[in-house]
Amino acid sequence: MNKRILNKRLDGLFKVLGILTTVFGMLVLLVLFIDVFLDGASRLSLGFFTSFPSRKPEAAGILSAWVGTLWIMAVTAFIAIPLGIGSAIYLEEYAPKNRLTALIEISIANLAGVPSVIFGLLGLGLFVRWFNLDRSVLAGGLTLAILVLPVIILSTREALRAIPFSIREASYAVGATKWQTVYLQVLPAALGNIMTGVILAMSRAVGETAPLITIGALTYIAFLPQPPAVFSGEFPFIRLSLQGLFDPFTALPIQIFNWVSRPQKGFSVNASAGIIVLLGITLAMNSIAVILRYRQRKKTRW
Amino acid sequence: MFRKNKFQKLKEYLIEKLLFLFSLVSIFATVGIIAVLSFEAFAFFKEVSLLKFFTDTQWTPLFVKKHFGILPLLCGTLLTTLIAMLIALPVGLISAAYLSEYASEKARNIIKPVMEILAAIPTVVYGYFALLFVTPLLRKCIPGMSGFNSLSSGLVTGTMIIPLISSLSEDAFHAVPMGLREAGYALGSNRMQVSLRIVLPAAFSGVCAACVLAISRAMGETMIVAIAAGQQPRLTLNPLVPVETITAYIVQVIVSYKLRKHFQQVYE
Repeated sequence: MNKRILNKRLDGLFKVLGILTTVFGMLVLLVLFIDVFLDGASRLSLGFFTSFPSRKPEAAGILSAWVGTLWIMAVTAFIAIPLGIGSAIYLEEYAPKNRLTALIEISIANLAGVPSVIFGLLGLGLFVRWFNLDRSVLAGGLTLAILVLPVIILSTREALRAIPFSIREASYAVGATKWQTVYLQVLPAALGNIMTGVILAMSRAVGETAPLITIGALTYIAFLPQPPAVFSGEFPFIRLSLQGLFDPFTALPIQIFNWVSRPQKGFSVNASAGIIVLLGITLAMNSIAVILRYRQRKKTRW
Repeated sequence: MFRKNKFQKLKEYLIEKLLFLFSLVSIFATVGIIAVLSFEAFAFFKEVSLLKFFTDTQWTPLFVKKHFGILPLLCGTLLTTLIAMLIALPVGLISAAYLSEYASEKARNIIKPVMEILAAIPTVVYGYFALLFVTPLLRKCIPGMSGFNSLSSGLVTGTMIIPLISSLSEDAFHAVPMGLREAGYALGSNRMQVSLRIVLPAAFSGVCAACVLAISRAMGETMIVAIAAGQQPRLTLNPLVPVETITAYIVQVIVSYKLRKHFQQVYE
């Protein structure tokens, strides 16, 4: 009888412990948010977004950082999304079961486990030195594209696998070819889940710091890459150029790292203000992904 | 009709080949990483013998008197990983057991997305948190602690990988057949006994996989240790003094190289 009471108490204790450990992460999250906001909220102003980094902490801003982040994200998305979704379609729908396919799958699994700083070394050796891209927007975007590629491939494969085979068979039965089946039936049905994975992958790329530092992007940059489109008064009114791809850049997480590693108090305040902006971006992207997934789950008919 | 069919076939063929080429990029990336690393490492080992590399206890490549012993860096990496796992493993496992065996479906649907946020926060933010919040807090409790140390960066890294362990182990717990649990309850076990003595052993391989993944994440973690662990390679197991990990050294050497070049340009 005594032992039973003891066991019951232990069970209750374990449950409390379980709640505590589960809440622990959320508490840390809360403390982190509060800490960052207390430190940095006062620094957030319009001027913070429209001024370049500076030697004086009060005058410094994140203009070149957020513009650089935007550039890098555009390049990364442009390369990683088609490549990732394409590879996933190939592996799920087309690939024969042979050695080469196995090799591709092993490479993807490996890439997914490689520490992000190693991708920076790849970018430094391959893009910066070998392709002679220097520390440009293009080199940074390519590096991050390879970093998020396995994430996009894995989540897209998951999404494609969730589409039941009967959908494909129905499409074949009315005479559609393989690509028509994939493009008109499977992809639209899986699009919600694919988008969720893509957004999560991009939100990871926004915060990546180590690979960009490793390719050498930690510099004082007080200018912007050349804009992709310039409007003018005379015909043809707009001039498009991709010259900005080859300009040096900085990015939000790099600017934050730069400020954190300086001893002066003013810079750490700037760092927390930058972190608020960065957290805002990642959290917004994550919420969009969660909402998308939730709606997709409700919509699913099979 | 016939020509359209032929065109269609060609299109199908081209698309398949294009998608195939896309998937080859992953192989190229893997080969690229191996090639770049072995190329540089080969050049390095031409100057430094393997024996020296693994037995020398000093790592001072930037000093006049150069030493290339990997042990201090390795020690820093293992120390922070150990601290991280010491916090992440128990917390993650117990929370996974709670989520899978105790929590209601509704609670789980709220908790899991929040856990995902914890995993989605950029590591540079965690680095800031470790250096400017956790370290000052710990220094109040532990006098004599250095401003840079492996304890706070290890603790924060551990917090970062809790969601990884918790969600992967929960998946493993979920995969354990309900019949095993029911058999346990039928014999009069309570939920704690079922989760610790039946579900955990049955899901052990899944839990191990989660641990391995978490350890590799912790070892590869760069920004937290680069910011908060200090940049002094030393062979110690003392969690209160500055250490340097392998990943942090990669960042340090590139940053200092760039700074040197920058100053050269300024002063010449």
